[in-house]
Amino acid sequence: MNIVQQPLLTLSKLTKIYGSLVANDSIDLKVFPGSIHAVLGENGAGKSTLMKLAYGVIQPDDGQILWKDKKIDYWNTAVARDLGIGMVFQHFSLFETLSVVENIALTIKGPQKDLIDRIRMIGADYQLEIDPTAMVNSLSVGQRQRVEIIRCLMQDLKLLILDEPTSVLPPQHVYALFDALRKLQKDGVAILYISHKLEEIRELCDVATILRDGRVTGKVDPNETSAQELATLMIGRSIPKIERRESDHKSKNAILNITNLNVKNPDPFGADLKDLSLAVFGGEIVGIAGVSGNGQQELGRIISGEDIKGDLKSSTIEMFGQSVIRKGVIERRDLGFSFVPEERLGRGAVPSMTLSQNALLTAFKKGMLKNGFIQEDVVAKFTDKCITEFSVKSSGNGATANSLSGGNLQKFLVGRELLLEPKLLFLAQPTWGVDVGSANEIRQKLISLRDNGVGILIISEELEELFEITDRMYVLRSGRISTSIKTSEVCPDEIGEYMIGEEREGASNATAV
Amino acid sequence: MTPLEFFLAGTMSAATVFLLAALGELVAEKSGMLNLGVEGMMAISAAVGFVVTYQSGSHIIGFIVAGAAGIGVSMVFALVSITFLANQVATGLAVGILGLGLSALIGKKHESLTVTAPDPIQIPVLSDIPLIGPVLFQQNIVVYLAIVIAILISFCLNKTRLGLAIRACGENPKAAEALSYSVLKIRYGAVAFGGLMAGFAGAYASTIYTPLWADGMIAGRGWIAVALVVFGTWKTGRIFLGAYLFGMVSLGELVVQSFGVALPSQLLSAMPFIVTIVVLAIISSDRARLRLHAPYALGETYDGSEPK
Repeated sequence: MNIVQQPLLTLSKLTKIYGSLVANDSIDLKVFPGSIHAVLGENGAGKSTLMKLAYGVIQPDDGQILWKDKKIDYWNTAVARDLGIGMVFQHFSLFETLSVVENIALTIKGPQKDLIDRIRMIGADYQLEIDPTAMVNSLSVGQRQRVEIIRCLMQDLKLLILDEPTSVLPPQHVYALFDALRKLQKDGVAILYISHKLEEIRELCDVATILRDGRVTGKVDPNETSAQELATLMIGRSIPKIERRESDHKSKNAILNITNLNVKNPDPFGADLKDLSLAVFGGEIVGIAGVSGNGQQELGRIISGEDIKGDLKSSTIEMFGQSVIRKGVIERRDLGFSFVPEERLGRGAVPSMTLSQNALLTAFKKGMLKNGFIQEDVVAKFTDKCITEFSVKSSGNGATANSLSGGNLQKFLVGRELLLEPKLLFLAQPTWGVDVGSANEIRQKLISLRDNGVGILIISEELEELFEITDRMYVLRSGRISTSIKTSEVCPDEIGEYMIGEEREGASNATAV
Repeated sequence: MTPLEFFLAGTMSAATVFLLAALGELVAEKSGMLNLGVEGMMAISAAVGFVVTYQSGSHIIGFIVAGAAGIGVSMVFALVSITFLANQVATGLAVGILGLGLSALIGKKHESLTVTAPDPIQIPVLSDIPLIGPVLFQQNIVVYLAIVIAILISFCLNKTRLGLAIRACGENPKAAEALSYSVLKIRYGAVAFGGLMAGFAGAYASTIYTPLWADGMIAGRGWIAVALVVFGTWKTGRIFLGAYLFGMVSLGELVVQSFGVALPSQLLSAMPFIVTIVVLAIISSDRARLRLHAPYALGETYDGSEPK
C-alpha cells in the first residue's frame, strides 16, 4: 500500500454534544483511498453520530472536516454527495411506496429509462442484482440494502459509508456484501465500515478506529489484533463468556402449543402466516430465526395476545394445556405468561412515565392495588428491587423511561417481567440495540431462568444470539415456519440457507466463498 | 335545455368546486401536510373573490386576489404547523375557523349582492351536439381549466422529480432530508399550492357557480374536498371521479324536486355529508389499501433539528 498517500477525508477534533451527553469528544479520523476503514464500538459509543457528522446530516459543535486536505467550511449532505461520498444507513432511507428506480431518481438525474439500464449494469458488475421496477415494499432487507448501495454507486463514488450493514443480514448475504465491498476497494473507493462485530472487522477491514463513550480508544490493524484485544478496547474489559450447559429438565408437555396458524397480515407489506405450528416446553429456550419482515411482528402479536381479533378458526393456540385463542393479554398473563415486545419505547414502556408507573402497568396484580387505589409503597419496593437486581443504571424509580439508555431500559423491562415469576416467557429482539455488557447480563438471566424450568421463546434477527442461548430453533420465512432444529446440531450457515430460501440462486456464487 | 341536460351540466359545474379544492389538498397531503382548514380557506377566498369581482367588475382580478388570499391563510397554517411544529390537526381546525369568521367580516357589506357570471364558452360545432353539447361543451372556462390542472398534477406527482420529492417528504421526511431535499421548503410549497387551489375553488363558488355572496355559502364543501382525498385514496383520477360523483349528489335536491318526489329538503341537503360518512367508513375499513396509498408520514410534524 502507498504510504505517503493523501487522506481522502479527515475528521479533526470533531465534537458533538446533545444536552449533557458528549456523543463525540474531539475525534480524529483519516480515511485513505482504497482502504476499508472500520469504526468499531458498541451501541451508544457514538459511531452513528460520527458517521452522520461525516456525511453532513448533522453539524459538529467543534472541530473540522477536511476533504483531500482542504477545509470544507459548509458541510452538509449535498456537499458530501457532490464530493463523492455515499452512505448506506442502518435504517434504510428508502421510500416504501416508490419503485427502486424512482427511489434512485430522487438523487440521480436522468431519464428513468437510462437509470434502469445503469441499475442493471451496476447490478451485474458487482453482483448486486435487483429488479429496477420493483416496489421497495416488496423487497427483502438484503435487497433493500442492495438498492442503497447501488444508489451510492451511481454517483461518482469516492467514499462509501456503511452503518452496521450486516446487523440484519443472513450469513450468505454478508458474504455477497463483502465481495462487493472488496471489488469497490480494488476500484480505489474508500470505505468507512461501522460495526460492533469483531470477527467481521478482522476479516474485512485494514484499519480500525475504536470508539468508547464518544472517545477514540485505539487505532489498530485488525488483522494483527486479536478479538480479545479489540473487545478490550471496545468495552474496556474482555467480553464475559456466557455460561451454559445443556437443558436437562424439560417438561413432559408443551406449555405453549400452536398448530395450523393461518393469519392474514394486516400490514400489506408484511407476510401472511401460513400453516404455522410450534411448541415450547418448560425448561428450554426456543428461538425463532429469520430476516425481519417475514411475519415476526404478526406472530409476536398473536403469541402475546395483543391481536386476538383475527380469523383463527382452524388454528389452536394453547398455553399450559388451555386454549387461549380468544384470551387477551391480561388473561394470558394470569396463566403465568409474560412477554417483552421489541419496541421498548411505546410498547414495552410508556416513554414519559416513570419506572414505577411502568412497573405498575404489568405488575399491578402483585398487591399494588387496594380497592382500586395504587399502593405507592408496594410499587416503589417492586421497582427498586427490579433496579437493583438487574443493575439498571437510572436516577431511581422516579426516572422516566425515555431518560434511560436502550440497554438499561431493556434490563428494566426484562427484570419487570422476570419478577412476575412467569412460567412461559416470550421475548422479541431481547438485546436489539443493547450494549454488550447488558446483553450478556440479560442472556445469562434467561439461561438461569430456563434452568429453573421456565419455557422461553425468543424471536431474534441476531443469529449469534440464538446460537449462544437457545436449545432449539425454528426459522420463519415468508410466514412459514421450518421444522424444529436442535441448535447443537447445526451451524449458522445452514440456518442462513433456511432464512434465504428461494432467494438463494442469486446469491449462490457468493456462498461459495 | 332539457332537465337532464341541465342536471348534467350543473353536475360539472358543481363538481369543479370540489375538484379544485381537493386537488390542492391532495398535493399538500402528498407532502405529509394534513390541512383541515380547507373550508376556511375557501370561505375567505369566496368573500375576497366576490368583493373584488364586485368592485372591479373583473373575474380575473377576483380570482387572482382570491388565490392570493387562499395562499395567505394557508401560510398561517404552514407557519404554525411547519415552523412552530404545532399539531397539524389542531392548527388546521383553528385556521379553518378563523377563515370562516374573517369571511363573514369581509363580506359583511356585500351580503346578498350579486355579480354576473361570465358567459360560458361556446365551442363551435361540438356545442351544438344534442345532450353532449350543452353538457360538455358549453361550460365556463374554469371547468375545463380544473380538468387540465388535474391532469397536470397527476403527471407532476407521478412522472417528475418534483413529484417524487413531494411524495418522498410525505412518505419519510427524515430520509428525504438525508437525501438533501428541504422538507421545510417542499412542505411550505405544497401547502401554498393547496391554499391557491382552495382560493380558486372559493372564488369559483362565489362568482361563477352561484354568483352572489351570502355568509356561510361554502356550506361544508371544503370538508367534502378533504374527504374526497381519502375517498380517492390519494390518486388524482379517483379524486376526479369522486368530485363529479359528489357534484351529482349535491344536485340531488334539484332533481328530486323536478320529479316531484316529496322528501324533506333538509334530508336532501344532508345527502352529500351522509354519503361522505358512509364512503369514508367503507374505505377506512380496508387498512391494507390505506397503507398502500396514504402518505406514511401524513399529519406528522417533522422537526429537522431533532438529533437522531
